[in-house]
Amino acid sequence: MLSVILKRLLLAVPTLIGVVVVTFLLTRALPGDPAAYFAGPAATKQAIEQVRAQLGLDKPLPVQFVRYVNDLAHGDLGNSLTTGQPVLAELRSRLPASAELTLLGLILSMSIAIPLGILAATKPGSIVDHVCRIVTTAGVSLPVFFTGLILVYVFYYLLGWAPAPLGRLDVFFSAPRTVTGFYLIDSLLAGKFDLFRAALAQLVLPALTLAIFSLAPIARMTRASMLSVLASDFVRTARASGLTRYTVVITYAFRNAMLPVITTLGMVFSFLLGANVLVEKVFAWPGIGSYAVEALIASDFAPVQGFVLTMAVMYVILNLIIDLLYGVVDPRVRIDA
Amino acid sequence: MVAVALLDIKDLTVEFHTRRGIVKAVQHVNISIGKGETLGIVGESGSGKSVTSYAVMRILDRAGSIAEGSVTFSGIDLRAAPEEQVRTMRGREMSMIFQSPRLALNPIRKVGHQIEDVLKQHAQADSAQLTNKAIEMLDHVKIARSRERYHAYPFELSGGMCQRVVIALALACRPQLLIADAPTTGLDVTTQKAVMDLVTELTRERGLSTILITHDLGLAATYCDNIVVMEKGRVIESATSTKIFKKPSHAYTRKLMQATPRPGSTLRGLLPEGEAPPVPQKIQMVPREQKPLLEVTKLVKEFPRKGLQASLSRLLGPKPAPQPENFRAVDGISFKINRGESVGLVGESGCGKSTTSMMVMRLIDKSEGAIMFDGEDIGDIAPREFAHTPFRRRIQMVFQDPTDSLNPRYTAARAIADPLLRMGGIKGAAAIRGRCEELAQQVGLPTDLLDRFPHQLSGGQKARVGIARSIALKPDLIVLDEPTAALDVSVQAVVLNLLQDLKDSLGMSYLFVSHDLNVVRLLCDRVIVMKTGQIVEQGPTEQVLFEPQAQYTRDLLAAIPHPPA
Repeated sequence: MLSVILKRLLLAVPTLIGVVVVTFLLTRALPGDPAAYFAGPAATKQAIEQVRAQLGLDKPLPVQFVRYVNDLAHGDLGNSLTTGQPVLAELRSRLPASAELTLLGLILSMSIAIPLGILAATKPGSIVDHVCRIVTTAGVSLPVFFTGLILVYVFYYLLGWAPAPLGRLDVFFSAPRTVTGFYLIDSLLAGKFDLFRAALAQLVLPALTLAIFSLAPIARMTRASMLSVLASDFVRTARASGLTRYTVVITYAFRNAMLPVITTLGMVFSFLLGANVLVEKVFAWPGIGSYAVEALIASDFAPVQGFVLTMAVMYVILNLIIDLLYGVVDPRVRIDA
Repeated sequence: MVAVALLDIKDLTVEFHTRRGIVKAVQHVNISIGKGETLGIVGESGSGKSVTSYAVMRILDRAGSIAEGSVTFSGIDLRAAPEEQVRTMRGREMSMIFQSPRLALNPIRKVGHQIEDVLKQHAQADSAQLTNKAIEMLDHVKIARSRERYHAYPFELSGGMCQRVVIALALACRPQLLIADAPTTGLDVTTQKAVMDLVTELTRERGLSTILITHDLGLAATYCDNIVVMEKGRVIESATSTKIFKKPSHAYTRKLMQATPRPGSTLRGLLPEGEAPPVPQKIQMVPREQKPLLEVTKLVKEFPRKGLQASLSRLLGPKPAPQPENFRAVDGISFKINRGESVGLVGESGCGKSTTSMMVMRLIDKSEGAIMFDGEDIGDIAPREFAHTPFRRRIQMVFQDPTDSLNPRYTAARAIADPLLRMGGIKGAAAIRGRCEELAQQVGLPTDLLDRFPHQLSGGQKARVGIARSIALKPDLIVLDEPTAALDVSVQAVVLNLLQDLKDSLGMSYLFVSHDLNVVRLLCDRVIVMKTGQIVEQGPTEQVLFEPQAQYTRDLLAAIPHPPA
């Protein structure tokens, strides 16, 4: 098991090297001149050149690259020019914010989509099936900023159930001591239940927005996968042996149908993690998506590179976890690994 | 005659609601079976034999339903009984074993646990005894090292072993009725015999009633007291086995019997009377001394032993014995095929016959040895390059599954034209179409079917398309990889005759790979018997099959079901 993990991590090294090279070159190829941007609109030519020299951007590309890699090897992702903060510190505070939001959204989505998909598959053409289709189609066809705004309008403005959509915590609370970076977990570890409630209250609406959006792929995949498994020979054997419907559907069919669902989950998770900029904007969420986009607009290289690299690492880890999960579910995969 | 039948099917009609309307898969069927009796239901695909059994078990698809008639099982009306009552009866009162045993088991659940599921469901053992009871069941179906096999997953077991597990599953709760739905399809003859003997032994021991559903009349007659023959959803004949074999009263039964290859039948004799085509003109082969068309010498194929094999040995043995690095699938075999000759390659699954045919086809590399084709060494040409040599068009292949070996998005004409387009040297759509029609006529495929897609053709028609494709380039040698294994016997009879006629009229040679000795006997001049990568016996067909020298050949022959004469 351990050797498999190690082997997979080693295999990821070339990928990461590739990511480092490509992001470096791409950020340099982007339109926009960071020196001109930071020197300000009124700056003279000399001033711009001075800034350029300060940033080290006057050196040839290979030299810049070597410097970048050298910094990287020392765990230095550089400083953001817009905020002046080290990129590593910012990512460290923002990644958990994004991850917490995405995970909760995904869990919410799974707990609705998977049962819905199973029910729809066991009764194709029934009312449940139609409900499943309508709900998922509606969820995926509404843009997230729209669903987000509707939710804010209804639950904050009209009903007043939800707190103001202003980030991870109400202004009256201060963040718990960082252990995992997840406020829900950290507040519980600190034993502060009111803090937990406050953090959860902030999370519910954005997480719900993400969940509504990601219902469709998960429910659809569950349904399709269940349909094909339910039609297979071993399900017929299970039925012919007089097993109860529950055993047949859950123990026999669903466990087999899980493999494609797990793959979909992984894809949805990694997509949401980096791509929910709009949700972060609507709820003023201090996540990595909005951080990266803002840096990109400002031609601020260091955060963009740091972001892409972080996502690449996350992706590698996520894929590893999915492959390991595969092995847990399916003994045939274990042999191949 | 038994006073009260255990299972009584009266006037059963099963309907399926499809997009094209209602299809009656079974119509007005009457079947009755007494306690301890064995009944065979025989019919070709689409005869409704499986649907009948699903209706009895009430496990029809959602689209299917019992439209008329009644099914009574020891006094209980199964059609009217609530689902919950029928469910508790499944597995406990009546159970079923299926074809393709590997697929019939949950691939990701240990076989022991699958048996336990059934035991637990029907409260046959309390949880403390479950494991022991499951292992006991594995012992019952004669699975060696049952305690280890309890932890095995289906993919770690052979096909025959999986079928034993399915039998254990079915018999775990001591039912009164066992329905066996083509339980030996896809298994080797010796495995088939072992499985059938096991079923017979267990059912006799427990006084079970058995329904054996099969397309093989010989198998049914060997193991059943009574036989019901079905065609197109209706029972057309029902009698004792001996009677049906001596005096089949219905024309269809006679046709079916005739089409089943048996010792003593001839190729032409398989076809119904009056339908045998005239023997085509044989090309006069100039009887000159010539080099053999194909000469294989000391051919070896080794595969690295890794993955499944290695893991299996690690799993099963406490300390794996040091094994050679490589696994020899084909172990130094030599044989020849002359021009116009057809040679049968016979053996059970895993004996290396498919690997051999793949090497002769130059689809995979050989490890050692030589393959001489028409005096030239083709063994050293890499498979990737072989397609670009002029030899490719001279060696062609017909595949096992007529459906899977056709591109579902190509029409029949396009499929046949494929080799012509690649290396036929014919230019122009009209010329190619002309050649396709010519080929279609040669293989007896009506030319108006040429524009259909595979799913619009019957099994026999698809087989003809595959054969037309293989002869399109006028090859000298055709490798036939069990070309009739997926076909009904009556279709098989026609296809075998077609192959024989084509060989005679085009002067081709065949390498006929098969596990069915009766089929090989009809079509082949010489037979090669393989076992674990080696040739155990080869010689003229009559000699090998009637005076076998090797013990293994004798075992193979003995395993073929021998219906009461």
